[in-house]
Amino acid sequence: MTSQYPRIFPLGDSALTVEFGSEISKRMNEQAIALSRRFEENIFPGFIESVPAYASTTVFFDIKTVRHHFADTASAFEAVSEIARNLISQPDETAEPPNGLIEIPVSFDAASALDLTAVSDTTGLSPEHIIDTFLERTYRVFMIGFLPGFAYMGEVAKRIAVPRKDSPRLRVPKGSVGIAGRQTGIYSLESPGGWPIIGRTDVDMFTPLAESPSLLKPGDAVRFLRAK
Amino acid sequence: MSLRVQKPGILTTIQDLGRTGYRQFGVNPGGAMDIAAARIINILLDNDECLATIEMHFPAPQFLFEKTAICAIGGADFGPELDGREIENWRPFLATKGSTLKFTGKNFGHRAYLALRGGFRIEKWLGSAGTNLAAHIGGAGGRKLTAGDSIRFARQARQQVNFYASGAASSVLPFYSRFPTVRFIPGAEFASVRKRSRSLLTKQNFYISNNSNRMGFRLSAEPIISSRRTEIVSSAVTFGTIQLLPDGQLIVLMADHQTTGGYPRIGHVISRDLPLIAQLGPGDKVAFHQIDQLEAERLALEFERELSFFRVGCRFQALEWN
Repeated sequence: MTSQYPRIFPLGDSALTVEFGSEISKRMNEQAIALSRRFEENIFPGFIESVPAYASTTVFFDIKTVRHHFADTASAFEAVSEIARNLISQPDETAEPPNGLIEIPVSFDAASALDLTAVSDTTGLSPEHIIDTFLERTYRVFMIGFLPGFAYMGEVAKRIAVPRKDSPRLRVPKGSVGIAGRQTGIYSLESPGGWPIIGRTDVDMFTPLAESPSLLKPGDAVRFLRAK
Repeated sequence: MSLRVQKPGILTTIQDLGRTGYRQFGVNPGGAMDIAAARIINILLDNDECLATIEMHFPAPQFLFEKTAICAIGGADFGPELDGREIENWRPFLATKGSTLKFTGKNFGHRAYLALRGGFRIEKWLGSAGTNLAAHIGGAGGRKLTAGDSIRFARQARQQVNFYASGAASSVLPFYSRFPTVRFIPGAEFASVRKRSRSLLTKQNFYISNNSNRMGFRLSAEPIISSRRTEIVSSAVTFGTIQLLPDGQLIVLMADHQTTGGYPRIGHVISRDLPLIAQLGPGDKVAFHQIDQLEAERLALEFERELSFFRVGCRFQALEWN
């Protein structure tokens, strides 16, 4: 069976996306993260930045610089596509050691767990059962997006995978831990948001002045603990 | 003490050409909505075009110059006046110590820019002086300007008696319009838009709805029907991405867009035409014209070429001011 992936398409005139699939899977996410890292390790003239997501990597470039350096291609898009295809085909010998396990303490008291009762009503499980189920798993950070330092993690057990709220909250407190389908995430800043909130952490997900401002990175493993 | 904010205006922020390199951490580039305006007024002053400018909306701010500066204003035309004397957009002027800059009316557009020869002294965050309102950082303490703020100049201008400057030739300026036709290239999910809707995309007018801001413009028109209306797995989006919402309406992502998104990407406004849409506001309308990727690149390069000629002329003119 021939696959339509990886698929390369323009994201506007100054970026392109390499898509490895259309679902949430560890393998596709690993491919996306690996390609993004290769772009950063093999910077081409005109490279601006690369952004890994669930199953894709997007690379941003400066058209003028790319065209100056790759005069034999018809367009900057073609030149960068060619670079992407070469990077994808390289054998994966630079596999980094697995990222560390990051533990995040969470409070599940009523003041923090704004929607725990509602999640209990939806799932028919007791709040304690929901918390235990949530804490059982180790979650993978698939990507950072939405807000600075907001990590999309998965996968949440099916029996507590509740949908987004019908009407988003205007102000979700910073540190709130939410569930949306089989994803979980931590609101790194106070923000509007529609994910049902089951707890809150005091850990800063985003430290603006740190050298690496986001605590979590794609590929990290996360475990939630009960805050003491 | 340099530029004193006497009246803050409704949304006045420090913006440059944006913050790159941190999208992978969820930090969006931000920066000026009308990038062409911010670049052109910096070039007019013989500045590095990445220097910070002040982005203004209407009602616009009022400033007191506590030191002399050579300035330029561009983008929207809010009827600038310096001590009661009319100022032309796109033409450098000398603001002497003690003079007041105010804006008298909304003649055209929604975002005006003020740049200063030598620039402002702004602490950078992650390589940019731009204001990130969501993360409360960058620019002037991560917030919009308020009355009493004082923005320091990076360098002081010489007092001069016979200041003269000519303005930018109209050929280098964006072809602004209250009802622009902006060009787009198809996005990854364009093919799943139904055929009749595809023609709607380029044949009908889209109104900018009230729910439009620096993050994105929501458009309102007859719904666009796609065979794939559900969300897709989130991936990177960019300034100009046209997303299809579940109700068939479109949203055009603007400077403060989130780094990733999960709505179908039916197209991308080309970078050359982003300034045209950046000058629109609620109630204005826009039409779309489809072109291909190659043409979008050619248009972007053409603009760079025009700016490079323009820069040479501006450099010569600025020699007179030293």
